[in-house]
Amino acid sequence: MKSSIKKNRKNFRAELSQLLGFLFVRISVYTILLVLLFFFYDVSNRGFKVISWEFLSEPPRRGMTEGGILPAIVGTFLVTLITALFAVPIGMAAAIYLHEYARPNRLTRLVRLSIRNLAGVPSIVYGLFGVILFVNWLKFGTSVLSAGLTLGLLTLPWTITASEEALKSVPDSYRHGALALGATKWQMIRTNVLPYALPGMLTGAVLGLARAAGETAPIMFTGAAFYLPYLPRSFKDQFMALPYHLYVMATQHHSIDQAKPIAYGTALVLIVFVVVFNLGAILIRGRLRNKWRH
Amino acid sequence: MDSRLFPEAQAKIIVRNLNLYYGKKQVLKNLNLELPEKRVTAIIGPSGCGKSSFVRVLNRMNDLIPEARVEGQVLIDGENIYDSDVDLAALRKKVGMVFQKPNPFPKSIFDNIAYGLRVGNHRKPAEIEAIVERSLKQAALWDEVKDRLHQSALRLSGGQQQRLCIARALAVEPEIILFDEPCSAIDPIATAKVEELIHQLKKDYTVVIVTHNMQQAARVSDFTAFLWLGELVEFDRTEKIFTNPKNKLTEDYITGRFG
Amino acid sequence: MASVKKKGLISDLKERLIQHLFEMSGWLALVVLLGIFALLLTTAIPAFKEINLKEFFTSSRWDPTSPEKPEYGILSMVVSTMLVTAGALAIAFPLGLGVAAYLSDVASHKVREIVKPVVELLAAIPSVVVGFIGLTLVGPLIARIFKLSNGLNALNGSLLLAIMALPTVISISEDSLQAVPQAYVEASLALGANRWQTLVRVKIPAAISGIAASFMLGLGRAIGETMTVLMATGNARSFPHGFLDSVRTLSANIAIELGEVPYYTTHYYALFALGLILFVMTFVINLTADLILEKQKRKLQ
Repeated sequence: MKSSIKKNRKNFRAELSQLLGFLFVRISVYTILLVLLFFFYDVSNRGFKVISWEFLSEPPRRGMTEGGILPAIVGTFLVTLITALFAVPIGMAAAIYLHEYARPNRLTRLVRLSIRNLAGVPSIVYGLFGVILFVNWLKFGTSVLSAGLTLGLLTLPWTITASEEALKSVPDSYRHGALALGATKWQMIRTNVLPYALPGMLTGAVLGLARAAGETAPIMFTGAAFYLPYLPRSFKDQFMALPYHLYVMATQHHSIDQAKPIAYGTALVLIVFVVVFNLGAILIRGRLRNKWRH
Repeated sequence: MDSRLFPEAQAKIIVRNLNLYYGKKQVLKNLNLELPEKRVTAIIGPSGCGKSSFVRVLNRMNDLIPEARVEGQVLIDGENIYDSDVDLAALRKKVGMVFQKPNPFPKSIFDNIAYGLRVGNHRKPAEIEAIVERSLKQAALWDEVKDRLHQSALRLSGGQQQRLCIARALAVEPEIILFDEPCSAIDPIATAKVEELIHQLKKDYTVVIVTHNMQQAARVSDFTAFLWLGELVEFDRTEKIFTNPKNKLTEDYITGRFG
Repeated sequence: MASVKKKGLISDLKERLIQHLFEMSGWLALVVLLGIFALLLTTAIPAFKEINLKEFFTSSRWDPTSPEKPEYGILSMVVSTMLVTAGALAIAFPLGLGVAAYLSDVASHKVREIVKPVVELLAAIPSVVVGFIGLTLVGPLIARIFKLSNGLNALNGSLLLAIMALPTVISISEDSLQAVPQAYVEASLALGANRWQTLVRVKIPAAISGIAASFMLGLGRAIGETMTVLMATGNARSFPHGFLDSVRTLSANIAIELGEVPYYTTHYYALFALGLILFVMTFVINLTADLILEKQKRKLQ
């Protein structure tokens, strides 16, 4: 009996379930894209109205109902600087250890496990840890330093993972080439691995830092201030920060209606900051990938 | 192609002016041949000659490759499988396939065989059970697995897995079975079993087997097609190809002077 | 003639020193993880000099600043956390799995190169911005739909947390769907299954452990989230009875009270006990997910 291969109604149920199934799949993508688009639209629409050169370059005035957000921008920059100084070199070093030196044994697995777990620790818990360790024990007080180091710990698992990815992308032949010419391990890493991995490592690091800069919970109790009439003069001073400023303006301000436009402006600055860094990193990453691909 | 090549059988598959491209690269060049019903046809040729691509044209598995493009006609029982009103599921049920590496699903032996039935029209459990048993018997695997039908298929040996894949293909009652180098990943004893099986199958099925092993082609097939760089060099009765090839290239290949 | 024996002590020492430096950085991750646990534990323990453990876990009255009788029951906060998280995952998991399936089975290469960065961007939005959106956009919407005086409640928190958990669910699920061997897909299609049947009957079962892990990791992410719930759920201390009630989660409570609490009081210690609970909950969830993923990786190799 020869069966026909033309479309018929026998497969109707399978076809229908396929149609509905992929419809759901598409709808879930469109939903998320739509929600994201709507968020961006709403924040930028209202945020743009308040953003001006004055908004970015002046301190707040009249009980934070007027003026700008300069201290918050400066504060976030300073904190992120500390975070970078702490997390980037250590993250890279840890990645070099894991990828170039560590043997695949139990202890290494344990280290990797703790890195992955560290990435899942809630940010408020980092905040608590920072309060005990940096603010109280090490007596850094509530300061740029305490907050920066707390964010540094939070960022560490991201920078390690990103750096290791970059190291992985360097072909093994580069390493073997150096070793075969009599280089020591460190010479090999310095001359034949790091130069090629560094752009990728830094891209990953910058992405991690951009994320850290947007965190609020870890800095709330380790140094971020509600309002300061001056810019921080040393790393032992308290500071204003963009994300905390947004939180304050949105929920803690005594006259919410007057504070709201400023909150929108702050939210837009944060979003633009995140989008710019992410798009930049995506573009650079795309370039790097093509560069090493032969 | 001279259809008097097999006066005793009908043509099951007719390939006309077939060209296959992967992107800009042409993989198959103007193929014309007719494959006989209920016979075993072997496709031989050096690696890269397009023999695997050719069988993947016959059940449209090439559709999975986004840049693949087919020109020409492939008629199965007179219906062009590249027509727009073809139901891929129906085509692939009619044209079963066994792959190079055994690829059972990570499911039980029973569920592997029942898979094609379940995704097709929903049959009753008793019916499915009967077909599973019949297919396993056809594939000469029943005695080895009848007590552990609900164990994972991944625990079978490589040769058993390949026979399971054959049973799985048989369960959906195909008319044509494509074998894509079915023995390249299994040991010689298992190979002998699979070859014996292929021999049995031609009573009821049209079989197309791709192989790089010429002894295998000689052992199992009635007809042999020799492909070289995407072109059909020679197609004839197997004994003729192996004893008295018309073409110098064929002769060189068969006698092992290249490839 | 050149010797192949080790050269000077100095250069050898330098190599070792560098190696040890790197090694220490690697071990720091473990030290920090243990350090967080140890410090939270030692800071939390003094709280239980005054607080009855049983009352702590079973009472739903939390009123540490009451002048007559401070009360430390965390039950309503634990239930609130679970309620908001469950709601979030009920939204994020099916949606996330849908997007993962889209990326692995539907999208062309080009579309995937666009959608994937968008998902990454979603992960990068600061939680305080998401909370702000909940406050200004989602809240009023909920208030209008359900005719409430305000929309700051568990539902709002769940919707926002879903956004926070989505990127995790999507990327881990997609990775595990992509890891399903192509041979399974080919076998399924060759047996006459369509693409949807192949996805549902072959790919998803084969990737199920990775998908389960994505669920767990999304859960871990949602449980610990602070700013979004703090800003969007209204933070009422009462026991929640539904998604339209205002709730206060564990994380939000820490954020609210730690700023005002005098150091080294029972209340201060109690807040660290909450932190410890959060830490342990997320640790167990993440560890489970990790073990599932490791097991899957070994199976696929």
